[in-house]
Amino acid sequence: MSARDDILATIRRSLGVTGREPTRRDVVEQRLMRSPRGLIPKRADLPPAEQVALFIKMAEAVSASIARVASLDEVPDALAGFLRAHNLPMALRHGEDAIFTAIPWDRQKTLEHRSGRSDGNDLVGLSHALAGVAETGTLALVSGNDNPTTLNFLPDTHIVLIDAKDIVGDYESVWDRLRSRYGRGKMPRTLNFVTGPSRSGDIEQKILLGAHGPRQLHIVVVG
Amino acid sequence: MFLTTETFKENAVEALGNEQLQRAMHNVEAGFIGKRKAAADRLPEFDQLRANARDIKNHTLAHLDLYLEAYEANLTAAGGLLHFARNSEEARSVVLDICKRVNARTVTKGKSMISEEINLNEALSAAGVDPIETDLGEYIIQLRGEHPSHIIAPAVHVLKEQVEADFRRVHTHLAPERNLDEPESLLGEARAVLRDKFLKSDIGVTGANFLIAETGTSIIVTNEGNGDLTQTLPRIHIVIASIEKLVPTLDDVSQILRVLARSATGQDFSVYTTLSTGPRRPGDPDGPEEYHVILLDNGRSSMLGSEFQDMLRCIRCGACMNHCPVYHAVGGHAYGSVYPGPMGAVLTPSLFGVDKAGHLPNASTFCGRCESVCPMMIPLPKMMRHWREREFERNLSPATFRAGLSVWAFFATRPWLYHLATRIGMLVLGFAGKARGRFSWLPLAGGWTKYRDLPAPAGATFQAAWAKRPRT
Ligand code: SF4
Repeated sequence: MSARDDILATIRRSLGVTGREPTRRDVVEQRLMRSPRGLIPKRADLPPAEQVALFIKMAEAVSASIARVASLDEVPDALAGFLRAHNLPMALRHGEDAIFTAIPWDRQKTLEHRSGRSDGNDLVGLSHALAGVAETGTLALVSGNDNPTTLNFLPDTHIVLIDAKDIVGDYESVWDRLRSRYGRGKMPRTLNFVTGPSRSGDIEQKILLGAHGPRQLHIVVVG
Repeated sequence: MFLTTETFKENAVEALGNEQLQRAMHNVEAGFIGKRKAAADRLPEFDQLRANARDIKNHTLAHLDLYLEAYEANLTAAGGLLHFARNSEEARSVVLDICKRVNARTVTKGKSMISEEINLNEALSAAGVDPIETDLGEYIIQLRGEHPSHIIAPAVHVLKEQVEADFRRVHTHLAPERNLDEPESLLGEARAVLRDKFLKSDIGVTGANFLIAETGTSIIVTNEGNGDLTQTLPRIHIVIASIEKLVPTLDDVSQILRVLARSATGQDFSVYTTLSTGPRRPGDPDGPEEYHVILLDNGRSSMLGSEFQDMLRCIRCGACMNHCPVYHAVGGHAYGSVYPGPMGAVLTPSLFGVDKAGHLPNASTFCGRCESVCPMMIPLPKMMRHWREREFERNLSPATFRAGLSVWAFFATRPWLYHLATRIGMLVLGFAGKARGRFSWLPLAGGWTKYRDLPAPAGATFQAAWAKRPRT
């Protein structure tokens, strides 16, 4: 018997079932199809403007820095200002997301921006988040040509653009967006939930920022 | 899997006398307990979420065969390859076969307890493949040739000075006069050394905190980002996970994720929660070309339907050991198993046999703190008692222990004799201990009094004192 069949057979023997019981099959099928909601904490059950405020507060609490701009027109200045303030070179790398063509880059002529995945030599990566979760100040980023996953982890500094309209209360609202974008039961290769810059407590349980991922996480909320 | 649980008593004695270890173990209490409580208190719905998390896992385990089939179908549809492994050997050989096929030289690894359970690193080295642990804690203990002493903080037993010495010993390409006084510089050095390895690695191996049946997804929850570099950069990503990691839907896992980080590190959410489904898609500029999942059983399927089924709800958060007085005193290595602390005391005998690990369920004061903090509401003390019963039934407990129990049983089943004997006992002890108020040695209890004093009883039994209490 194959390992697969053997394991399934042992599970069924231990549970005292055959796997053919219509009621059991039905329960499982219904749950997978309907994915019933669980308990969603009240914390983020707020009007949209307050959800944005909570998102900012929670993200700052985990050591992310935040800038807020009114529109995409202001993004080049905000990026250049951040890079200058942190003594970083005026260069960043981003993916092919439509938002990056909509940004009026020529407002900051010295700001160099290239597109593509990171090979490990970029100091600053720029991504566009699918959503932000107010509950814990968490960003949701999906893989693909639009926003290569390497940009989330290899550069020392990660800057993420998020439209204020994409800030939701809870993780469940992100599942809704994924299901409508990719179809039920389908996912992109990678979905990264990112909550603050990388850190480690492995040396005497003292929390230090900048383990293997970015040392800095900067979020630009647009709108 | 290293198993020295048979010598638990000797290990514990040694640990109690190890001054460096004792200093390091203070970090467990300082680093985890207050933070967990603060995080739980910040979320009014915390206990309700624990109950939901428990119910979700109970439901999953009761339908595990069907959820596994659904998971398999969705994972395969996304282009992933699923391998079932009955035991450690089968799991190792799947990894080794892949290494051989692509002629892999190095394998970078994210933190995985299953990898420890199946002893993957040794097997890789023996096959000429270099396994590189990339989680900072795992990296430190790999350099030291040790095993993890905690399921989420593998190097919690190591002091900063020891890490410095290890880095100087191994990183010989760096200037010997460099300053490594601060933990920041140690972290920076590990980051630089490992960055290079990430970029050159052929295969990335990670564990999984959860597997989602609805989508065929595996999830890792980390803070460092090493797991993500491990699974994004190499051409092949291998996930090793055990069968009980399954959860039906994304909505279900959200309930459990809300209690995981809070219970583990006292964070509201870990820095990185990453969901991976299949290999890179056509047009993706990065991500692995092959995605394999190895599903390990190793005895878990037989725990279903037994009095140990509840243990399969465990999400490996570590809260039970962080709150365990025995774990604080002896550290993780004394347990002699990949899985230490209360969860290990229940799981290790299930996976490797009560004959080998029978001491572990006895390493408990039954204070109940583990169960009270467990996010999955696992009745750990009750299950340790089940193991003690099994050990006794199977004649595995020591003769003196069994003789003592039969003496006690003789009295306990004859109440008048029991009262008489305890009355005399208390009188004698109360009289003898009057001067100092405690005993530092007692006949037949030398093992107990070696490490602590026994307070002298008041001279009367509890039942006598109870009978005499003023009634209102
Ligand atoms: S038994 Fe409970 S507290 Fe212990 S690691 Fe498992 S889930 Fe966490």
